Amino acid sequence: MADYIWLIPAMPAVGFLINGFLGWKLPKGVVSFVACLALFISFVVSAAVFIEFLKLAPDARLFEKNVYDWIVSGDFTAKVGFRVDALSIVMCLIVTGVGFLIHVYSVGYMHDDEGFARYFTYLNLFVFMMLILVTANNMLLMFVGWEGVGLCSYLLIGFWYKKDSAANAGKKAFIVNRIGDFGFLLGIFLLWTTLGAHGVSTLDFGLLQKNAHLITGCAATLITLLFFVGATGKSAQIPLYVWLPDAMEGPTPVSSLIHAATMVTAGVYMIARLNFLYVMAPTTMFVVTLIGVVTALFAATIGCAQYDIKRVLAYSTVSQLGYMFVGVGSGAFAAGIFHLMTHAFFKGLLFLAAGSVMHAMSGELDMRKMGGLKNRIPVTYWTFLAGCIAIAGVPGFSGFFSKDEIMWKVFANYGGSLFFWIIGAVTAGLTAFYMFRMFFTTFHGDCRATDEVKHHIHESPKVMTIPLMVLAVLSVVGGWVGIPRILGGSNHFERWLEPVFGPEREAAAPALNIVTPAFAENAAQAHASSAEGLLMAAAVIIALAGIFVAYYFYVRRPDIPGKFVAALPGVFRTVNNKYYVDELYQATFVRGLFVLGRFCKRVVDETLIDGTINGVAWLLRVVGGLIRLFQSGYVQGYAFALLLGAILALGYLIIRVVP
Amino acid sequence: MLHGVPTSFYFALSGALFTIGAIGVITRRNAIVVFMCIELMLNGVNLTFIAAGNMLGSVDGMIFVFFIMTVAAAEAAIGLAIFVLLFRLRGSVNLDEIHLLKG
Repeated sequence: MADYIWLIPAMPAVGFLINGFLGWKLPKGVVSFVACLALFISFVVSAAVFIEFLKLAPDARLFEKNVYDWIVSGDFTAKVGFRVDALSIVMCLIVTGVGFLIHVYSVGYMHDDEGFARYFTYLNLFVFMMLILVTANNMLLMFVGWEGVGLCSYLLIGFWYKKDSAANAGKKAFIVNRIGDFGFLLGIFLLWTTLGAHGVSTLDFGLLQKNAHLITGCAATLITLLFFVGATGKSAQIPLYVWLPDAMEGPTPVSSLIHAATMVTAGVYMIARLNFLYVMAPTTMFVVTLIGVVTALFAATIGCAQYDIKRVLAYSTVSQLGYMFVGVGSGAFAAGIFHLMTHAFFKGLLFLAAGSVMHAMSGELDMRKMGGLKNRIPVTYWTFLAGCIAIAGVPGFSGFFSKDEIMWKVFANYGGSLFFWIIGAVTAGLTAFYMFRMFFTTFHGDCRATDEVKHHIHESPKVMTIPLMVLAVLSVVGGWVGIPRILGGSNHFERWLEPVFGPEREAAAPALNIVTPAFAENAAQAHASSAEGLLMAAAVIIALAGIFVAYYFYVRRPDIPGKFVAALPGVFRTVNNKYYVDELYQATFVRGLFVLGRFCKRVVDETLIDGTINGVAWLLRVVGGLIRLFQSGYVQGYAFALLLGAILALGYLIIRVVP
Repeated sequence: MLHGVPTSFYFALSGALFTIGAIGVITRRNAIVVFMCIELMLNGVNLTFIAAGNMLGSVDGMIFVFFIMTVAAAEAAIGLAIFVLLFRLRGSVNLDEIHLLKG
């Protein structure tokens, strides 16, 4: 089986090439068939590897295959090689599985678009790059995928490039991502130099893990922080989250793909993949947790004051990604990946369902102009509800298990504290509130759409609703693979990932104890399952309270939100405008760069460089003008000069040399 | 070589020929005359070679002279052809009127 793992990323690449070169003259049916089939084969291969893994002992679950020597320089070799282990295969299954459903959905959603073939070309390329990212066996190849998904996000967000806002959003996503990628690249450099100083020149994950002990604490902190900068860009965390909400300009299935299957999960995956480095850097872990928790809360508050349903979902993704970082930041890598998986299910579902709502509402996004859709589009309604319940953390649904796992770990693990737990719990309450605010505003109450739109409301075709139903089922049951012990489960998911995360964490824990002595205390409590149960119950109550408040505000007493806004106009305006962060960035970084750019143009380019070039040209012209005076064209003049020269030379020789 | 004539006389004569030729090249306006003056200069040089070769008892001087005469003959052919064409084109071979290569 190990010989076939390269097929996982290769299949979407084949689909990309076929649709990219021939798509423009193939019929739509063939284009969509090729694109979907490519993903499906990848999914089947991933599933086959997964089944193969199940038969093997936990420690033997690792397939590695080098395909090609990419860069050979001295004793350093960068290979195009793939590594599939317990972590990668989870990612592969999510990317290809959810990706496949999104492809199928897109067939219906994009059916009347003139860029049909182009769309599926990009989509396949996106999945290809993401699979490269998750299956790469070294940092450099991972970076290829890392950049590749950035490129594809640009192409797809700006898919409707004739629209100004879409083109700008694409550029914004690309540039903000590039800032993060710069950190990532510096991280690779520093990692390589640090290990190179010990005579180990490799970027291969297996060898890195083996040699990680050579990296001292300070270097490890710096390296991991640089990688985290990359992660904040790709996974939309403070301060580089700003591109994600704007990314809503792309077609809705693209948002779904970016949010659920590809792209934003890359940062979380990368930290989980480099867990052996991160556990050596408690400072970084603390920073990751802090950024995660702040982002989670920050984005959740913004989500409460948006009216565009895709934007609410976008901020919700930023917030949920915050949770994932809280998970990996507090050392609970498995919990972070678990939440990544369940999030892929329910967020993929919610976006696709939102797309279905848009489809029904003739492209309307503003939820103030919706309402009462419950009976008009029942499949979308019920699947959307499943997604909302899952994300809100209602017990039994997938989001509950993963979120609870993270919340418990952040409290119990080293570096964690009750403070982080409280912020997390507040965020969970807000999440439940804004999700159900959106849900009730969209589907309940009276329909506020124009008669024209009302007349056209219709359920989406089967090709769109079936992926919704599959994802809805996954959103409900997806969490059951990780039921914690306290609820009678055995947390299969965490055990599954133990070969990747397990031993390293045990080894690093004592080192971390020195930094955070609170660990011992918390760990003692960790065994007291009463604490876990208590916290779980508290989180559930907060989530249910959030749902209830949303119900009360938007179904029972729809006048309250208006009064609320009227009472606190300033606060609402600030939050509705996303705390003016975009404006702040515009005023500082963008404007600052403009000033710098203008300086470079006016002073450096126009004055310095142009001045030098033009100065040289001017000098040559003046000297040439003087010299051309001698060029009279009279041949006898030249003859005279020749003779004079000869006489002078001879005279010199006679006077100086002869005596 | 004539007996009793010192080599220095030959040198003086060749120097005089060369100088007359050089002055002619610089001062005369007619291209043909200038051309003849160049021949005069070449012959002055030839005479020096012959005289020096005789004085040193070497044939090198004569070999040089043969080469110079060959080149001079070729040069005369090409040069005169140019002047003929020039005359057809401009109606004159006056060097004062020919300065197209002015910078």
